[in-house]
Amino acid sequence: MTAPLLRARDLTKRFPLRGGLLGRPRAWVHAVDGVSFDVNPGETLGIVGESGCGKSTLARLLLRLIEPDTGSVAFAGEDVLRASRSRMKRLRRDLQLVFQDPYASLNPRLTIEDAVAFSLLVHGTPRGEARDRARALLDRVGLDPRLHGRRYAHELSGGQRQRVNIARALVLDPRLLLLDEPVSALDKSVQAQVLNLLQDLKAERALTYVLISHDLNVIEYVSDRVLVMYLGEIVETGSAEALARSPRHPYTQALFASAPSMDPDRRMDQPPIAGDPPNPIDPPSGCRFRTRCPFAMPRCAEVPPPFVPVEAGHEVACHLYELEPAGRR
Amino acid sequence: MASSLGLGAAVDAGMAAPVAGAPMSYWRTVGWRLRHDRTTLAAGAVLLLIVLSALLAPWLAPHDPSAGSIRLRLASPGTPGHWLGTDEQGRDMLSRLLWGGRMTLLAGLTPVVVAFVVGSALGIAAGFVGRTTNTLIMRTMDIFYAFPSVLLAIAISGALGPGLANTLISLSIVFIPRVVRVAESATVQVKGLEYIAAARVSGAGVAAIVRHHLLANVLGPILVFASTQVSLSIILAAGLSFLGLGVTPPEAEWGLMLNTLRQSIYVNAVVPALPGLAIFATSMAFNLLSDGLRDAMEVRG
Amino acid sequence: MWVYVGRRLLLAIPTLLGASVIVFAMVHLAPGDPIAAVMPAESSAAEIEATKRAYGFDRPLPVQYLVWLGRVAQGDLGRSIATRRPVVLDVRDALANSLVLALSSSLLAFVVGIALGLLSAFRQGRVVDKLCAMLAVIGVSVPHYWAGIILIIIFSVQLNWLPAMGAADDPGLGPYLRHIALPTVALALIPLGVITRVVRSAALDILNQEFVMALRAKGLAARRVFVHVVKNAAPQILTVLGLQFGFQLGGSVLVESVFSWPGTGYLLNLAIFQRDIPVLQGVILVLATFFVLLNLAVDLLQTLIDPRIARH
Repeated sequence: MTAPLLRARDLTKRFPLRGGLLGRPRAWVHAVDGVSFDVNPGETLGIVGESGCGKSTLARLLLRLIEPDTGSVAFAGEDVLRASRSRMKRLRRDLQLVFQDPYASLNPRLTIEDAVAFSLLVHGTPRGEARDRARALLDRVGLDPRLHGRRYAHELSGGQRQRVNIARALVLDPRLLLLDEPVSALDKSVQAQVLNLLQDLKAERALTYVLISHDLNVIEYVSDRVLVMYLGEIVETGSAEALARSPRHPYTQALFASAPSMDPDRRMDQPPIAGDPPNPIDPPSGCRFRTRCPFAMPRCAEVPPPFVPVEAGHEVACHLYELEPAGRR
Repeated sequence: MASSLGLGAAVDAGMAAPVAGAPMSYWRTVGWRLRHDRTTLAAGAVLLLIVLSALLAPWLAPHDPSAGSIRLRLASPGTPGHWLGTDEQGRDMLSRLLWGGRMTLLAGLTPVVVAFVVGSALGIAAGFVGRTTNTLIMRTMDIFYAFPSVLLAIAISGALGPGLANTLISLSIVFIPRVVRVAESATVQVKGLEYIAAARVSGAGVAAIVRHHLLANVLGPILVFASTQVSLSIILAAGLSFLGLGVTPPEAEWGLMLNTLRQSIYVNAVVPALPGLAIFATSMAFNLLSDGLRDAMEVRG
Repeated sequence: MWVYVGRRLLLAIPTLLGASVIVFAMVHLAPGDPIAAVMPAESSAAEIEATKRAYGFDRPLPVQYLVWLGRVAQGDLGRSIATRRPVVLDVRDALANSLVLALSSSLLAFVVGIALGLLSAFRQGRVVDKLCAMLAVIGVSVPHYWAGIILIIIFSVQLNWLPAMGAADDPGLGPYLRHIALPTVALALIPLGVITRVVRSAALDILNQEFVMALRAKGLAARRVFVHVVKNAAPQILTVLGLQFGFQLGGSVLVESVFSWPGTGYLLNLAIFQRDIPVLQGVILVLATFFVLLNLAVDLLQTLIDPRIARH
């Protein structure tokens, strides 16, 4: 078993809500709370959850765009959070991010060629070589550099801009690519194209992906393993296939049940989850999902559920499984 | 929002975009829009005329601006040898207007340029670095904002005393806080955009981010704002001289000329109106130009 | 919302203190010995020293500042070096005159400015709009002191309808109005231009919002669209009104100088040339305080109209 490429332990981040006369924090938004997981080399880890569950914050923590309150991140055994500025700059070559919003993530004043080449220039590549490599990469992601290279972001469609984002992320030859809702802003038909491109690139360059999305279909399509997040915490982890086959956590079950199916015989009469999306400011005590869980027990309000294995490589944080170690469900 | 003068007409006529197919950088779009905005072009031409005449004053002026003649006092425009008449000391108005233009333009433009440079630096620093630096800079600017601009200019000039240098200093102090506010606001807005985060993820340091990503996107709005302040600066500079706080006699300066000619309105009403007309024309040209610039630089779609 | 009010009030205090420091410091930056300028040239050194000590000019600057600040807090702005009268009295009278001028000028500028701005916005693109826009640019570009002189030339010298000089000699409302007419118009020109442009811009922003265009296309009564535009543009309009009133109060110096109107500007002018420091400090401080409080009032008024603004 090879060592994990990325190892996150107990990551926590709370944001203060300022108010009152002197602007002191009067409440805290629990964005990410005690999240731990591993990413193995060569796999695609999917992180799925509703808006507001902390996925994007987690992505920014992993890349050290924001500093966590507690916790650690190790990349190939090296501590990311304690790296010096020069070390961090080197690490940035290995860890890259594809952003969610294809419109806001490109500088409107740069040609897309320059936008992609910028990363190389930052790391000292000579101008001519940077431009050549940028063009080569644009070509690889499906944008002819002779046609599009000197274009500006506002002249491209959403799908094309996202390809530029991917090119920009890959130009430094990273080992791990974080993708934060990479296709959420695109039309369905374009989504499939971009996802296929990502799959091809991963195979060609032996990449490791961490893909964040709220869309279960996207997650299922590309992921090897999946983490399910709810209100800043991980509630279930397992292989994509295992989760699809038998989701254990009530939240995961609801997620899978609510994914619209293309099969007209499987129409839904009732929404699988009751209640409003959670407010991360004052999370419920014990298990955070208990307020919407159809199986909630008194114990759920008292004690946060620990992780319990239900199969090989499949773990759930739910009291239902804690009481039945033989895995009845 | 297209101004109702000029560019709006071009857009209405269907000339919404330049040559299709050629990649259009932002600045080229701006240039195209400016070229098709007739009002702005006209204002620009007038301004060019004024600036050129001021620069070439030593060669264009027919007479020595300080040479007076008691005989020829307050001659009306059209007097042979003095196309625009003479002032209360018999000095040729045309020459004094030309020479005066240099002073007024210098006193009006320099503070805005200084404010643009210093204000941008402070505002961008405040916006980019954030928290303590931001509070420090912005609260200090707030204190200067406690004074209406005219009052501040007069107070500082009054304290420092008359003279061109003091006028430049006091007007710079008046305009810097305004530029800082605009710069900080623009910087904070751009800083939150994802391409800045993307640059950080690429490993760029603060200097690289500011130079390549921030400046190009932030200087535009600041420049537009600065251009709107020029007309006020010119009016204030001339106003200070009008009160005796700016340029001192025997120098020619439009505001000063307005002051010295004031009592003469009962004798000859036309000549005293001329320096003010010059200030008005210059100020209006700058306003129309800055309006056109703002419309051209507006990000649309 | 009251938290916001409280916070704004708190913020105003350091601003005022900072302003007071500037007022105090700037006057002491001035070259030249203030006392020597006022006392007769033959005064002995001893007499000058005595006057200096009486005014407290011989102590270190920070001490002078605190002493001065203490007195100001109690309403004592010192005595004028030139006239020996308490500064407070002179400033009070002058302020009253300036306020009257600023108010009448504001009334003119606000009413006409808002009317033209709204007219422009609702008739965007048509001849009326272009005319109003041109008028606005003219208003903003005209040097008001020159405008004052031109008005005097036209209405006093040539037509002899209105007087050229300030305060009326004859009592009564009629003469007073005749004396204030020209300065009012001169002072109102720049604010009129600014207000017209801001109102037009704010109104257009709202009118061009998609849902408003949709409502108008569906035939929503013009009056209701109008009300909606006014309500939503109110915060921006209020801000500019407040700023322009401040401009007219503080910037009346130039117009008062042209018309010899006995207001704070006139007083300021006099004080500068006589190097009458207590009067200088008093006038600037009072005007600055007024301005800060005015901005505060405008901010608070805005939150009352649109509570969303208090989101700070």
